[in-house]
Amino acid sequence: MEFRDPARARALAETLTRLTDQVGREVSVMHVCGSHEQAIAKFGLRAAFPPMLNVIMGPGCPVCITDLPEIDEAIALAQQPGVRIATYGDMVRVPGTAGSLADAQARGARIDTVYSVAQAVELAATTTDEVVFFATGFETTAVATAAVLIAGVPENFSVLSAHKYIPPVMEIVSEMPGTRVEGFLAAGHAATITGSAIFEPFVERHQKPVVVAGFEPLDILAALAKLVELIRDRTPAVVNTFPRCVSREGNRNAQRQLWRVFRTIGGRWRGIAHIPNGNLRLRDEWARVDARRRFAIDVASLWQRAPSTLVRQCICGDIMAGIKAPSDCALFGGACVPDQPVGACMVSSEGTCRIWHQYGGIPNLRGVSCPV
Amino acid sequence: MSGVTTTDQQILLKHGAGGRAMRRLIEEAFLHAFETEPELRPGVIGVSAMDDGGAVRIGDRWLVLTTDSHVIQPPFFPGGDIGRLSICGTVNDLAMMGATDVLGLTCAVILEEGFSRPDLQRILASMHDACREASATVIAGDTKVMGRGEVDGIVINTSGIGLTSRLIRDCGLQAGDRLIVTGTIGDHGMAVMARRHGLELESSLESDVAPLNGLIAAAMDAAPDAIAAMKDPTRGGVAGSLHEMASKSGVGVLLDGAMLPVRDAVRGVSELVGIDPLHVANEGKAVIGVRGEAAAARVLAALRAHPLGRDAALVGVCTDDHAGMVVLDTGIGRRLVAEPEGELLPRIC
Repeated sequence: MEFRDPARARALAETLTRLTDQVGREVSVMHVCGSHEQAIAKFGLRAAFPPMLNVIMGPGCPVCITDLPEIDEAIALAQQPGVRIATYGDMVRVPGTAGSLADAQARGARIDTVYSVAQAVELAATTTDEVVFFATGFETTAVATAAVLIAGVPENFSVLSAHKYIPPVMEIVSEMPGTRVEGFLAAGHAATITGSAIFEPFVERHQKPVVVAGFEPLDILAALAKLVELIRDRTPAVVNTFPRCVSREGNRNAQRQLWRVFRTIGGRWRGIAHIPNGNLRLRDEWARVDARRRFAIDVASLWQRAPSTLVRQCICGDIMAGIKAPSDCALFGGACVPDQPVGACMVSSEGTCRIWHQYGGIPNLRGVSCPV
Repeated sequence: MSGVTTTDQQILLKHGAGGRAMRRLIEEAFLHAFETEPELRPGVIGVSAMDDGGAVRIGDRWLVLTTDSHVIQPPFFPGGDIGRLSICGTVNDLAMMGATDVLGLTCAVILEEGFSRPDLQRILASMHDACREASATVIAGDTKVMGRGEVDGIVINTSGIGLTSRLIRDCGLQAGDRLIVTGTIGDHGMAVMARRHGLELESSLESDVAPLNGLIAAAMDAAPDAIAAMKDPTRGGVAGSLHEMASKSGVGVLLDGAMLPVRDAVRGVSELVGIDPLHVANEGKAVIGVRGEAAAARVLAALRAHPLGRDAALVGVCTDDHAGMVVLDTGIGRRLVAEPEGELLPRIC
């Protein structure tokens, strides 16, 4: 509980308030990780943040930014005879253009929920069906997918990659018209692989500081204090406040495996924008296990139905871009709830809407007075 | 979306999971069927109160009546089994309304063809033990057997009656009332979940299933007129009970996170699976609202002197602010505690 000590947390919160006061105006910063939002909400940190500090959750939920056509591809594949889709639990319920994988399952498609890519490989070993692993997540999970492919997989196993690569999206958010974001908290777990140096070119180009942060309450408060200090001092730099796990170089072996299997290409992130180099696809050498080359995937047949009115009202994209908050959405908590999600942000346990809903819908309780 | 029609037209597991979906089903379907006619007589607390049981005034006392069906997978779990659960569930519902003296219980068992006879004997033996602990007796019963696949193993329904001169409701909280939980939270749900998913930590997790009428009698004796409200936090956990009590009573709740008693093993699993212990079911705990600081101290002392209340703790206070909401002070900041949705785990009690 070393990193959750309330007395130290309060001291850090005071430092954070003092630094924000010294800036003398509203300061907006963005984190790009669902685990950061989880911790902020669970420990009620927003109530401890100074009122002039605006901490925005950016596109940090891998399930949420998986684009509609990618989900459609998985559904189209799942409907082919002799093909089973294995994927992470949250992906099953995310709505695509016409329904979710769960809807396809209800119509007879075979969908298996797995906890890891290794489990999907085990599944392939027990069946003669084609098993397609619908691979989602950022570089952290992409490394696991790469390692499994390098280790060797059964003949009937392939990968439909919807993996995403975080660094490019920070560029897009920084360049969005009207963005208020003055600095970024980077996710500590992804940085264990990429190293903190990966953010140096970004800082150079955009002159905005990046602080690598861990996931305990004290980690987050300390990282925010450092970030606001850098903003106050107009010092665009990369600072690693999570040195117990992250080095400047990162895990070279994991990086080698990642880039041996994947390459970056541009592609849409759901609701946000086309992100140059934001998607990870299998390299040509891995064509044999690339589901996109192994199968003919007909997604057009799914597109006869227009999205429902509710889907058109969903503002998940603006929420992930940090322009709006879940409480700005007319559907939030009413037509869109975790057991009946309209948008992807309400599906995933890392989605902003789901987290806000889980922790009561209004995580900012600064205004609530204490009678005792 | 296509999902909307399905949800509206079919009963889903979440409709039985103790959360908002279940409350809405009861309000929209059952209340309508049971309450419109005949009109309730004066002195009857019926299903529309959605309390732990119903009550009928008889002279200067209240006859409390409650019923509960038990379906749990697996039927044997660390710390108990479906038999013990079925006695404790009904005894505790009576106790939460102040009826700590159980006049009698009924027991209806539905068995699947092929169910193991030795397993049935084990279940009945543990019902017998639980009855003895609760000083209760099963005075009427019914047995049915259904074909294979028509019911999953065993279903047990119990009903109970008790008399009380001090009827306690779940809607009686006022601002300033102190909130006590009678022990560690989340033990039952986490033990069942660990057994079901084969989690390694299982050895240190045990259900808390126990009859609470003795413990509650001690609390009521310690402060006869100061017990403002009670509820047993089964499905939906302490968060579910507090939400219900707060919204029915029109008060807010402020919880002190540091005071919530949680076993290390439960906390560990809760971090692992991302489920808040406040949302996890208990089968041997009560949430008690007490009026006045001195009375709360007396109730707390009485609880802690009882073997089932050793870990009892003062965990919060009712407020005028934010009526119907439950706020948790984490020691670092504050956040709302959400009303459980349901479907954390189907069929756990």
